[in-house]
Amino acid sequence: MQQIIDLIQTYSLLRMLIAFLVLIGIVFLNAIVMGYLERKIAARIQRRWGPMEIGVQGWLQMILDGVKMLAKQLIVPRDADRFLFRLAPLLCFTPVVMIFAALPFSKALYGINLHIGLIYIIAMASINVFAILIAGWSSNNKYSMFGAMRSVAQNIAYEIPILLSLLSVVLTTASFDLQKIVEAQSGWLWFAVYPNLFVAFVIYLIAGCAETNRAPFDLPEAESELTAGFHTEYSGFGFGLFAVAEYGNLFIMASIASIMFLGGWNGPFGLASGPLMGAFWFLSKVFVLMLVMIWVRWTYPRVRFDQLMNLAWKYLIPFSLVNLLITAFLVKMI
Amino acid sequence: MSGYFRDIYTGGKSLLIGLGVTFKAIIKPVVTVQYPREKIDVTPNIRGHIELVRFDENDSRHNCLVCGMCAKNCPCGCLTVEGEKREGVKGKVLTVFDYDFTKCSLCGICVESCSRTALTFSSEYELAGFSRQEFHFDLIKRLEGK
Amino acid sequence: MSTMTKFETTDKHRFLLNMGPQHPATHGVLRVILEMDGEYAMGIDPVLGYGHRMQEKMAESRTWPGFYPNTGRMDYVGAMPFNHGYVALIERMAGIEVPERAEYIRVITSEMNRIASHLLGIGAYVLDLGAFTPILYAFDDREDILDALEDITGSRLTYCYYRVGGVLKDIDDTFIKRTRAFIENFRKRIPMYNDLVTGNVIFIKRTEGVGIITADMARRYGATGPTLRGSGIAYDIRKSEPYSVYSHFDFDIPTGKNGDSLDRYYVRICELEQSLRIIEQALDKLPDGPVLAKPKRAKLQEGDCSFSVETARGVLTYYLVGDGSEVPYKLKIRVPSYSNLSLLEEMCTGMLIADLVSAMGSLDLVIPEIDR
Repeated sequence: MQQIIDLIQTYSLLRMLIAFLVLIGIVFLNAIVMGYLERKIAARIQRRWGPMEIGVQGWLQMILDGVKMLAKQLIVPRDADRFLFRLAPLLCFTPVVMIFAALPFSKALYGINLHIGLIYIIAMASINVFAILIAGWSSNNKYSMFGAMRSVAQNIAYEIPILLSLLSVVLTTASFDLQKIVEAQSGWLWFAVYPNLFVAFVIYLIAGCAETNRAPFDLPEAESELTAGFHTEYSGFGFGLFAVAEYGNLFIMASIASIMFLGGWNGPFGLASGPLMGAFWFLSKVFVLMLVMIWVRWTYPRVRFDQLMNLAWKYLIPFSLVNLLITAFLVKMI
Repeated sequence: MSGYFRDIYTGGKSLLIGLGVTFKAIIKPVVTVQYPREKIDVTPNIRGHIELVRFDENDSRHNCLVCGMCAKNCPCGCLTVEGEKREGVKGKVLTVFDYDFTKCSLCGICVESCSRTALTFSSEYELAGFSRQEFHFDLIKRLEGK
Repeated sequence: MSTMTKFETTDKHRFLLNMGPQHPATHGVLRVILEMDGEYAMGIDPVLGYGHRMQEKMAESRTWPGFYPNTGRMDYVGAMPFNHGYVALIERMAGIEVPERAEYIRVITSEMNRIASHLLGIGAYVLDLGAFTPILYAFDDREDILDALEDITGSRLTYCYYRVGGVLKDIDDTFIKRTRAFIENFRKRIPMYNDLVTGNVIFIKRTEGVGIITADMARRYGATGPTLRGSGIAYDIRKSEPYSVYSHFDFDIPTGKNGDSLDRYYVRICELEQSLRIIEQALDKLPDGPVLAKPKRAKLQEGDCSFSVETARGVLTYYLVGDGSEVPYKLKIRVPSYSNLSLLEEMCTGMLIADLVSAMGSLDLVIPEIDR
């Protein structure tokens, strides 16, 4: 046992390999848990039972769905670009794992700590758009193409309010290091308590919904207009990877919100936040945020494309700009 | 400019109200049932497929006179009624009463047109089978089998 | 494939998009061929006939009672008024008097069916706009109606409950109690729909000013029902030429102002309340007596006859030509959704595909009724 630990400590590449395998496991586990929660909560909102058949309260349902997807044939449409068509789900999934590596689950529990962690995460998160564009384009289907185009325009528009709202936190802490940002919020003074940063928090949540293509901004896969949008032609685990990546992105969105605005692994009222308790606090904040997103999804109709753009350019961006100015002013003053 | 902020206010308020409605629904009890395990009470008045009426509780005879009105009036032609004359029996004796449920539109005209109330609706609603032949009912056999 | 060549264009930026017959927004087997310019639909061509069952021809090949079950199959969501129109047509042709109690029961059941149909229409419309939850709430309420109707009629969708000369079975106290309880319960539920859907800013933005049908346009295409009333014309067969006992009741015809999707939706919401009012009054005034006139062999006379009723989607007219036999010589069925659908091209040309879905959903089409 000691030898193995020594081995791991000597070879950093091996350490990274293990970390990535664990992270892939976490991404899949997250998809399973979130898929189950989403179905259950949607069912309760609609006053149904949801999955009930397999396992107690149907908790095995998502695992079996995953097994079913693995067993299905990967159909490539006749005139599709075979290479890109196969590549797209991977391209969608890989950045998610890479971002998970940089998330600080607690003070001591993280894959890598980067000085520019925030920039890294945002950069990685934008690769998702490429994946959707490639998926839509390579399937050679008009509906997929619509979905891809919408997704690109939507993501370009919503990156800006996300960056601007996060920048106001960066201004306050003067750091891109996620660990430092979390440490700056120790005690009960989470950033969401300050009024200017609270506005940034709300803007981030709305824009994050759009960034992760969740309802009411799920235009790339608007099923009543585009049947299934960019993944219309995907079957089997190609489709499965898109679903896993969607939940992974949701997790990332919520975890950035909780790191930047809700104090990350800090417990409320300065409660103990050791390695494990910190992870507990962090995960509970993330899950609360994700549950809110699910609740929102099953309540609202979908917005139209131009309205989505209006929301970004006419409301979110001006507000976040003004907010950023106010924050900069306050930081200089104090 | 004031319209701009009013839009945000009214819009945001309506969205919060919507969230409130769905939140209330989460707390309320579930209205569906897990079908094969639990069942809701189905009214006995349901118009299922048709059935010959028993003479009385213990007697598996029926009232049919073989007048053929049901088969004649059936819009879908799903009934085959045949009878024969027998020695010592007044009138005809029913020999064949075939009912093709795959064609039936459950309108109930056969039951209405029967002058002797020899036909009734079954309240059976869980009908499923693997072949069409399972829905070609021989009503005489069903009557005796019950 | 004449429809495909209709859009042969030299403009290489435009392309054809085939929406349906299996598409989530076309509710059944409607196929719409769109000529797209980016996300804008510049040419729209609905293709019908995927659910065609030759109902009119079938009527010519069987006796008039034999065609009766088919009437409910045309519009399975609101089958009662379809049955009503047919039996009333035969009654008018054969000169059969219907007992008053039977007429009251017909009105009560028809209006309940209208509520059920509107609930489904509203729910499916909001589903088109991307909200999943309201349709399930609508199903929850609709279930109460279907259970009550099932108890009386024996069926849940295609009722076949009316008979020439009355109705199949008298209603009992449980039904009346149940209906009253439903009315009370449902009155409390309508504000919930308004909170969740009607007031929602996203819903309003998606529907307001989308798919405008002017009064003139609605008249030109012969649109009826909530589609016409949404454009501000208060035309309802129940008021303008009252059939059955509709003249005994006090109810309003809700109308819209702008003729957009929101108005058509809101007319349906208001009609729920009006239907509740009719049912309440009918239950209060319900007379005693028989429900089925003494069976008399109804013979179709020579000559022609027509009868119009107001279904949940608009005016339904049966026009029958008889030649003295039991088999109709010709039965023409004028269905509301067919005329309403024909508005689609003029209403939606140049629209975004999302708006097209919104406008098409607001017509509340039932495809088997169009194809029949």
